[in-house]
Amino acid sequence: MFGIVASIVDGVLIGSVYGLAAMGLTLIWGVMDVVNLTHGAAIVAGMFALYLLTSAAGLAPYAALPPILVGGFLVGVLLYWIAVHRMIGRPPLMSLLSTFSVNLVLIGLGTAVWGTVLFNVPVTLPGVSWQGYTFPGTHLLAAALTAAMAGLLYLFLYHTRLGKAVRAVADNREAAELAGIPTTRMLSLAFGLGVALASVAGMLIATLFPFTVLAGDAYQLKSFVVTVLGGLGNPAGALLGGIALGLIEGLAAPFMPVSWTLVIEFVLFVAVLIIFPGGIFAFKRS
Amino acid sequence: MLRRPFFWIIALVIAAFALAPLIGEDVELRESLLLAAVYVTLASNLNLMLGYTGYINFGSIVFFGLGGYICVFLMSAHGWPLAAAALVAGAAVSLFALLFGHGILRLRGAYFALSTIGINEAVKAFVSNFEPWGGSSGLYLSTEIFTPLGGAMRALWIIYFLMVGVMGLSLYLSYGIKTSKFGLGLMAIGQNEDAAAMLGVPTPLYKAFAYSVSAFLPALAGGLYFFKSAFIQPVDAFDLGLSTEAMVIVMLGGQGTITGATVGAYLYEELRGRLLTSETFSNFQMVISGALLLVIVLFMPGGLMGWIYGRWPRLKRVLE
Repeated sequence: MFGIVASIVDGVLIGSVYGLAAMGLTLIWGVMDVVNLTHGAAIVAGMFALYLLTSAAGLAPYAALPPILVGGFLVGVLLYWIAVHRMIGRPPLMSLLSTFSVNLVLIGLGTAVWGTVLFNVPVTLPGVSWQGYTFPGTHLLAAALTAAMAGLLYLFLYHTRLGKAVRAVADNREAAELAGIPTTRMLSLAFGLGVALASVAGMLIATLFPFTVLAGDAYQLKSFVVTVLGGLGNPAGALLGGIALGLIEGLAAPFMPVSWTLVIEFVLFVAVLIIFPGGIFAFKRS
Repeated sequence: MLRRPFFWIIALVIAAFALAPLIGEDVELRESLLLAAVYVTLASNLNLMLGYTGYINFGSIVFFGLGGYICVFLMSAHGWPLAAAALVAGAAVSLFALLFGHGILRLRGAYFALSTIGINEAVKAFVSNFEPWGGSSGLYLSTEIFTPLGGAMRALWIIYFLMVGVMGLSLYLSYGIKTSKFGLGLMAIGQNEDAAAMLGVPTPLYKAFAYSVSAFLPALAGGLYFFKSAFIQPVDAFDLGLSTEAMVIVMLGGQGTITGATVGAYLYEELRGRLLTSETFSNFQMVISGALLLVIVLFMPGGLMGWIYGRWPRLKRVLE
């Protein structure tokens, strides 16, 4: 019996990291109505940044978080100006296609450089044992760092002037512009933040599991599932959605082969989209 | 309809596809044209949703893959002949699309686009676990399957002509819909769905219908395609990469145009072939298609046909 509880707890720990990735996706959607299809590439970029920073630059794994956060932000701002800026206010097809094509370019470059072999970043952390079950230290620390990042995002959005401006732009771009907020700068800032969150999530995932250049698609799909559970455009919902997804994975793991959990996830995804397009954890509907 | 020049242009394209590889029995040309015919079929049917109705179907490949699975399954497990199996596959997938379309077409914009990805992934994950269809290792057809068609060599030619037929039907279907009242309704939905509904277009019915119709011929093409390879597995059947290529093609040619989808498919197939065989670029095929798509989306959203119409507006009367 306790095995199931342990499996659920572990699922929730990992699910919170998926929630962090999804927060990046949903922040961008909420602020500028753009589904960022470079999200998967940003996650993979975080993974490979960790690999390079630890193996080539010799950094300790968790010391790589600040540079990845900053680097992800800068890359995100750049991506905004390349692929997204001209698409703001145009039909959703255009921004879907433009971010998608950037994703193709990035993944294509990654495949050309690294191939599609499996990479692994060895992280040694003592686990925590409880009643005969050991929770890996990497899972615990990843969840703790996720909580810290989510807390920082909350502080930024709700307790700084800049964050307030970002939320104003999300609410009503024209009114924000009239109130003297430089909306374009806020949009690029939000996009940068979204990509930074995705790459940090990628970095944390890379401390848990081995990865390839092509891993981004699977994690991007997971982020979609999580965002849809939590309601598109709702960062707090995304975190809860990630935890819910982890709960489902952890609950299902003892009872069925892993491949069936994918079926459950995607069926849930489509069902939630059709039945609750606002998300299950929608606190406020826009 | 017979008096319109575009009707005969389509006939010419079909004839060119059918005759070109026959001259000198060029097998290599036949294989590359077969792939082009698959691209034209996928792109022109995707165009019904993407170009006419303005709904982004990211997962259109689910029709192709499911069609392939049903057809291969009926042939391998129940010994059905190809024609019956492919037609039943097409009809079944169309029905599936009608049922699902009814639900997901209530969603708009990005929500709809995401749900189409979800459907493809859900079906892929389900089929990967579905033992009667071979799970993740897929289904095989024995080589004897080609005997009723007169051996493997002859069967490949027959499949090619059937595929060209499916392509031709796709083009005429696109054309027929575009010149019909139904097509006008779809275009109205694409322009402004609320206004269309206000003016009396039965939008839910039309959308579900367009979604279902756009499933039939890709499913047939999937049946033929996987019958040809005598092997089907979930990774190939539900490859989001292929539906992406279909989207690139529609955008490259110009969304909403039949000529664009056809020329785009042919150009893309040529480009892809060149890139794959070139030593320098074979590793960068994805990079180049991505960069190409980005340039089109950023700088010429009308695609090739948008540019051509801009230069020679009179062509609008001839080319659809």
